[in-house]
Amino acid sequence: MEYFLELFFGGLTRGSIYALIALGYTMVYGIIELINFAHGEIYMIGAFTGLIVAGVLGALGFPGSAILVFAIVAAVIYSAAYGFTIEKIAYRPLRGAARLSPLISAIGMSIFLQNYVMLAQTSDFLPFPSLLPELGFVKHFKGILGSSDFIIIVTTIVVCVALTLFIKYTKMGKAMRATAQNRTMAQLVGVSVDTVISVTFIIGSSLAAVGGVLIASHIGQINYYIGFIAGLKAFTAAVLGGIGSIPGAMLGGLVLGLTEAFATGYVSSDYEDVFAFALLVLILIFRPSGIMGKEKIQKV
Amino acid sequence: MSNPVLQVNDISMDFGGIRALDEIQLDVRQGEIAALIGPNGAGKTTFFNCITGIYTPTTGDVLVSPEGGAAKRINGMKPNLVTELGMARTFQNIRLFPSMTVLENVMIGTHCRTRSGLWGAVTRNRATRKEEADTIEKSFHLLELMNLEQYSNELACNLPYGKQRRLEIARALATGPFLLLLDEPAAGMNPQETMALKELVLDIRERFNISILLIEHDMKMVMSTSDRVFVLEYGRLIAHGTPKEVSENPAVIKAYLGEDEDV
Amino acid sequence: MSNVTKADTGASQNPVAFFLTAGCESFAESLRKSVLASLWFIFLTFPIMVIKVDTINKTIDWRWMNMAYIGIGTFVLSFVWRWALARKELTKEESTRENISEKMLDRISSNSYAKYGFLALFAAAAVVFPHAVGMYQTNIMISCLIYIVLGLGLNMVVGIAGLLHLGYVAFYAVGAYSYALLNMHYGIGFWTALPIGALFGVVFAVLLGLPVLRLRGDYLAIVTLGFGEIVRLVLENWGDVTMGPSGISGIDRPGFFGVKFGVMDSITYAYYIMLGLLIFTIFVINRLQNSRLGRALLALREDEIASQAMGIDRTKAKLLAFALGSCWAGLAGVVFAAKTTFINPASFTFWESAIVLSVVVIGGMGSIRGVIAGAVILVLMPEYLRAFSEFRMLVFGATMVLVMVFRPQGLISAKRKIYTYVKGKSATNE
Repeated sequence: MEYFLELFFGGLTRGSIYALIALGYTMVYGIIELINFAHGEIYMIGAFTGLIVAGVLGALGFPGSAILVFAIVAAVIYSAAYGFTIEKIAYRPLRGAARLSPLISAIGMSIFLQNYVMLAQTSDFLPFPSLLPELGFVKHFKGILGSSDFIIIVTTIVVCVALTLFIKYTKMGKAMRATAQNRTMAQLVGVSVDTVISVTFIIGSSLAAVGGVLIASHIGQINYYIGFIAGLKAFTAAVLGGIGSIPGAMLGGLVLGLTEAFATGYVSSDYEDVFAFALLVLILIFRPSGIMGKEKIQKV
Repeated sequence: MSNPVLQVNDISMDFGGIRALDEIQLDVRQGEIAALIGPNGAGKTTFFNCITGIYTPTTGDVLVSPEGGAAKRINGMKPNLVTELGMARTFQNIRLFPSMTVLENVMIGTHCRTRSGLWGAVTRNRATRKEEADTIEKSFHLLELMNLEQYSNELACNLPYGKQRRLEIARALATGPFLLLLDEPAAGMNPQETMALKELVLDIRERFNISILLIEHDMKMVMSTSDRVFVLEYGRLIAHGTPKEVSENPAVIKAYLGEDEDV
Repeated sequence: MSNVTKADTGASQNPVAFFLTAGCESFAESLRKSVLASLWFIFLTFPIMVIKVDTINKTIDWRWMNMAYIGIGTFVLSFVWRWALARKELTKEESTRENISEKMLDRISSNSYAKYGFLALFAAAAVVFPHAVGMYQTNIMISCLIYIVLGLGLNMVVGIAGLLHLGYVAFYAVGAYSYALLNMHYGIGFWTALPIGALFGVVFAVLLGLPVLRLRGDYLAIVTLGFGEIVRLVLENWGDVTMGPSGISGIDRPGFFGVKFGVMDSITYAYYIMLGLLIFTIFVINRLQNSRLGRALLALREDEIASQAMGIDRTKAKLLAFALGSCWAGLAGVVFAAKTTFINPASFTFWESAIVLSVVVIGGMGSIRGVIAGAVILVLMPEYLRAFSEFRMLVFGATMVLVMVFRPQGLISAKRKIYTYVKGKSATNE
């Protein structure tokens, strides 16, 4: 039972991070119908920014809690800036182009960013300081739930609730929903579609950055390649939940995280990544619209 | 009265709770030109999509009997098989293959009537060469019929609008249909072009001995070409009959002609 | 950034002025824009380019020179960027934009003497090559030929059928491992393994393709990416069969009717095999492109719904392209295993798929000449410019973005056969 709970909370932690990244995929897809392959790299850049800021502040002797706050804030700012810039350079000039073009552009961007970080930093794994504080009351769950697990799960819940409220109640949120439903109509009624798309990228990237710093601090090491696998899995989560659906991305992340945790815990840890991809292939075959997604009517 | 080549029995189409088509009953007889009219959003194109396999109707039956043979139920059949059976269509918002030439567009239409496969393509044997030559010849003749032969090597996207519509008809004819479904063929055409199109539609029926089902907004064209007219409003069939009967039907005048005067 | 009227006025100016003010009202404005872009990128790249931390020893390495490079680089590039965008806007109407190399190729191929002369010259050079240069150069050329064949195979899937395939290397691995394992366990020779490798490629493609080819294009991209990773992970972890990460060594080099060659000769021999395979590939693809099936695939890429309405079986056509592409990956895989005599999963990472994809995209999707040019440039350049090789994926990635934005048809755009009808008989012109 204890083993089961340990796997359960481990899966929940993992799933939370997938959910945070999956939100970026799902939001961008909802608005411009593009799989932003570079999104995993944004997450990786968030983690690296966090590491660099933590390293500098650590060397300057800042206290741990301040380092954590600064690292997350810097990661969010930088990831958002990268997301914004990437959209402007690699996707915006391709609006209205053939469907394959922005996808290839996205792949190119992803390859570019991985190599950029690898060349500017290092291709080795870098140790990431554990920034997350030890919480006293978590001790009662020793062996089942760690402090960082708890913090990650709670942060994810808070972020998801905030995002849902933002989309539901703010003017920008309404504009985003309108653009997602019908871009031309939204434009006609005065929504600035360019701004909406930029904001979508900024929000999605910020969430990925939060996930990046949290998980890097939890696991304790990062390299330039972490975005690739995490991105692929988060995309799986987004599809699992129903791409374009925000609650779907959260649910998809959790389901994927738990599946992985139990599969590696009870079956074999060698094939950890294979489970996720196999799940992806299976969903796409049997239920491409995902758990929460609506089936799309093809317009002719 | 000749046999129906297309018999649509009470088809309905729901899109997640919204009923786009409600128990439509319609038939097209051999050699007939039938028209489907109705205000924008009445469900005319949805109807076409339902009978050509792009959508599967929620309920009801679509039956075809090419050349008076036994009726065959085709709802839910894949679009390419529907075309192979002999129903070819054009699209309201023109869907040509833009970066292929005009001639190639028509050649694609012969796909389901030709057979050469991988082996033939690689060895380019005699049968394949003959089939290619026949395809080119047949396609070119169709272009001549549409007065498009001088554009045969232009890219389809460089043709003006009216000619693109005619090219779509040529491409549909290349599939060798017994029933041609035209979705607003006169849309975007000027009066002269529409007149020419009217002649063309009548000529196609004679020359190929086929039936035609037409969606059209141009009333003059509908009234002067069609043998029978079906009127849709909000997904329901509100009237059908000869052009004269329909144009005198009060429900139609109210639903369509009365409100649509400014068109 | 720019609109047509501004770009139009730009065209009448002299080229230098156009370059300096493209997309802007005045030089002052473009200067301001470039300075802003430069500052923005300095900010953007600051932590990653400038700072390098060592969290264990708590030391920080500040690389201020990088900041200067970025600042100056972006300043200049932002002019180029605006200029290229404005130029693209200007030339939008001309659908048949051709560059110098395309014009030259056209001139050569329109004159049959020149065309056959050039072909003969190429053929002679290709035949003599391994004897004229050393083993090292020949080896590099074999890799280049393998990439050309891979590129042409992937081109069938991506360029002609329009299916974005990101796990192509998985089928290459299938070919290579088929030969390696058959050779290790049953002593099966190269020539027997060649068709078997191709067959396995096709079988895997059909197994994966049947369920996933119904999916929309972007889903297909991610599923193939996932599949590529699954294959690599299985190769790494299923040690009992695949020997795991350490790979399989001592694979036989290709023999010639039972005759075995020494190392030097066998490399020359492998070169000729690859050359033959390439010629065969070009022959098949060229014929296929200009056939009923080739046209159907192109139509499918242009408009799926319309092509279905024209009677094209979507699943069947896509499956054909997918299976054919994988067949060539399988063939190339067998040759690769035979050439290197050692394979391990590290040869089949996502990066290989990415390189082959960049060959196709940068060379020109759907264009045989483009893919060949793409492979030659992308594979040989990093080999000969060693200093450049560590930056190659960086450059490939950036180039893919730039090609999509500014020249989607690639280096050499696809040239299609023109069909003409002559009364009485049909004739076709290349």
